[in-house]
Amino acid sequence: MGEKILMKGNEAIGEAAIRVGCHFYFGYPITPQSELAAYMSKKLPKIKNAAFIQAESEIIAINMVYGAASTGARTMTSSSSTGISLKQEGISFIACAELPCVIVNMQRGGPGLGSIQPGQADYFQATKGGGHGDYHLIVLAPSSVQELVDLTMDAFDLADKYTNPAMILGDGLIGQMMESVEFKERKKIDLPDKKGWILTGCKGRKKYCIVPFNMDPYEMEKVNFKIQEKYNKLKEREVRYEAVNLDNADLIIVAYGTVARIAKTVIQNAKSEGINIGLIRPITLFPFPESIIAEASKKVNKFLVVEMSLGQMVEDVKLAVNGKAEINFYGRVGGVVPTQSEILNEIKKYLK
Amino acid sequence: MKKVFGRPKSLTKDPFTYCPGCHHGIAHRLVAEVLDEFGIREKTIGISPVGCAVFTYAFFDCDMICAAHGRAPSVATGMKRSKPDSIVFTYQGDGDLAAIGMGEIVHTANRGESITVIFINNAIYGMTGGQMAPTTLVGQVTQTSPYGRDPKTMGYPIKVAEMLSTLKGVAYISRVALSKPAYVLKAKKAIRKAFQSQIEGKGFSLVEILSTCPTNWGLSPIEASKWLEENMIPYYPLGEFKTPEEVS
Ligand SMILES: Cc1ncc(C[n+]2csc(CCOP(=O)(O)OP(=O)(O)O)c2C)c(N)n1
Ligand code: SF4
Repeated sequence: MGEKILMKGNEAIGEAAIRVGCHFYFGYPITPQSELAAYMSKKLPKIKNAAFIQAESEIIAINMVYGAASTGARTMTSSSSTGISLKQEGISFIACAELPCVIVNMQRGGPGLGSIQPGQADYFQATKGGGHGDYHLIVLAPSSVQELVDLTMDAFDLADKYTNPAMILGDGLIGQMMESVEFKERKKIDLPDKKGWILTGCKGRKKYCIVPFNMDPYEMEKVNFKIQEKYNKLKEREVRYEAVNLDNADLIIVAYGTVARIAKTVIQNAKSEGINIGLIRPITLFPFPESIIAEASKKVNKFLVVEMSLGQMVEDVKLAVNGKAEINFYGRVGGVVPTQSEILNEIKKYLK
Repeated sequence: MKKVFGRPKSLTKDPFTYCPGCHHGIAHRLVAEVLDEFGIREKTIGISPVGCAVFTYAFFDCDMICAAHGRAPSVATGMKRSKPDSIVFTYQGDGDLAAIGMGEIVHTANRGESITVIFINNAIYGMTGGQMAPTTLVGQVTQTSPYGRDPKTMGYPIKVAEMLSTLKGVAYISRVALSKPAYVLKAKKAIRKAFQSQIEGKGFSLVEILSTCPTNWGLSPIEASKWLEENMIPYYPLGEFKTPEEVS
C-alpha cells in the first residue's frame, strides 16, 4: 500500500474494484473500455469463488449483475455509450429491486454507433434515470486515473450504503490514459448489513423475494416513494465537487471529467493574460452540486459550462443558478475534445 | 389415519392465480415435490419470468427473484456463480425463453451453467392475451396470426429441446407433457433428473413441458388437453434428448 504505480485508467478501475471485494464482473467488449474486461479476465480466475464472464451482450451482462447482486456479492459491469443504452432495462430493474452494484460507462462519441473517441453526451442518460421509470443512479465523474481508483472504491460503498446502483461516468480519454496511482488504505466505514434481504436459500428463516413490480398501483407508488427518499438523502449527504479559484473570478467554468482537466490549464493560461477564471467541477453528477453553484452565482455573474456534448449538464447548472447569473455554453461532440485555446477564446467573448 | 397426499412444503399456501385447466399449476407442484424430495428447498433460489408465471415468486416457498422478460437464465448465472452451493432454477414460458430470451438460453446452456430450467411450452403468449409464440404450430390461429401461422412469413415452430441438446455443455434435456396421469409421472421423473444433474454438478439441465393455455386457445380444459395431445405431441415428440451419461 502507498506505493505509486503507473496504470491505464481502465485497468486501474479493475484493480480498485477487486481491492474492495468485487469478485464478479460481467461484460461485453467495446472500445474504449475493453482493457477493463481484459484485466478482470486475467485477475478474477486467480481468486477463489470469483467469476469473470464475457457475456453474449450488454443486456445479459447487466442481468448477470442483477443475479450476483441479489446474493449479496459485490459486482460490476462496464461498457461504453451504445452498450450502456442496452443495459437500461436491467439497470431500471436493479434500481427498483434496490440492489447495489457498479456500472462503468467510458463514454464515446454519439449518437448511434458514434465514434470511439471520448464523449460526454450520455450525461442525461446517466443522471436522469436512463431507463424507464423514476429512478436515479449515484453518478461519479472522475477526472484523473487516481480519482478513477478512489471513486470506483467509493462507488461500491455508496451502492451498498444506499442499496442503489452507482455509475462511474468517465470517457474514452480517462480510460485510455496512463497515470501513476496509489491504492490507499481505506478507512473502515459502517455499511448496512445485507443479511435482511440477500438470497442465499431460506435455511433458518422465512423466504425472501426480490420482486421489482407490483400489480397494485398504490403499492407500486409506495415503492417509488421509498426509492425517492434515498435520493433526498443522497442530495443531503453525498454531494461532492471541487472548487478552484472562485473568489474574485471574472467567470466560472463548470465542467466535469476530462473537460475539467482542460479547464484547469485554461485557468493557468488565462491568469498569464490577467484574466481570473474559477472552476466548479462536479464530482458527483447525481446528486448534483447545486448549492455551491447557486452560492457562487451570488458573487460571480458569468458562467461558462463546457462539455463534450451539445448542452446537457448546462441544464442542471441553469436550474441551480435560477436566473441569477449569465450562463454560457461551449460544447464539442462526436468524439472531438475541446482545446484549451478554444475555451479561452470562448471566455474572452463573454468578458468583453 | 396416514396422510397420503398434501401440499408440498416447497409450495406456499397462496392459491394459484392460473386459469382453470392451465398446466402451470401442475408444473409448479411437480417442481415443489422434487425440491421436497431432494431436501433442497432451503438452499434453492428460483427465478420467475415475465409471463403468466411472474407470480411463481409467491407460490414457491423458497428464495425467489423476478427477472426481466427473457433474462432469467442470465440472472440465474449471476446467482449460481456468486453462490455456487445453492440450487438455482428458472421457470420460463415460451415467449420468455424462445423469443426475447432465446440468445441467452443458448449461451447459458452452452456455458454449461449448473442451473435447471423449467420451460413451459404452451404454443402461445398467455399473459399478454394470446399472441403468436416461436412455438406456435403451423396454421395455429392466435391474436397476431389471425389467418394461422404461415411458415413462409412467420417461420416454423422452434423445437427448443432438440436444438439445445446439440450443445456440449448441456447435461440433461427432456420434453414431457402433463395432459394425463401417465405423462405427469414421467414429467416428475424428468424434473427429478434435471435437478439431480444440477446437484451432481453435471451442467445445464432443462425440461420442456408441453402445457395448455385453455383461455387463449379458446378451448375447455378437457378440449385443451386433447388438442395438446393431437397437435403438439406429434410435432414436439416427448422423451429425453440428452442425459448426463453423455457428458464427456
Ligand atoms: C421487455 C418486455 N417486452 C414485453 C413485455 C410484455 N409481456 C409480458 S408477458 C409476455 C409474454 C409471455 O408469454 P410466455 O413467455 O409464453 O408466458 P405465458 O404467459 O404463456 O406463460 C410479454 C410479451 C414485457 N413485460 N417486457
Ligand atoms: S392465460 Fe393461459 S397460460 Fe396464462 S394462466 Fe391462463 S391458461 Fe395459463
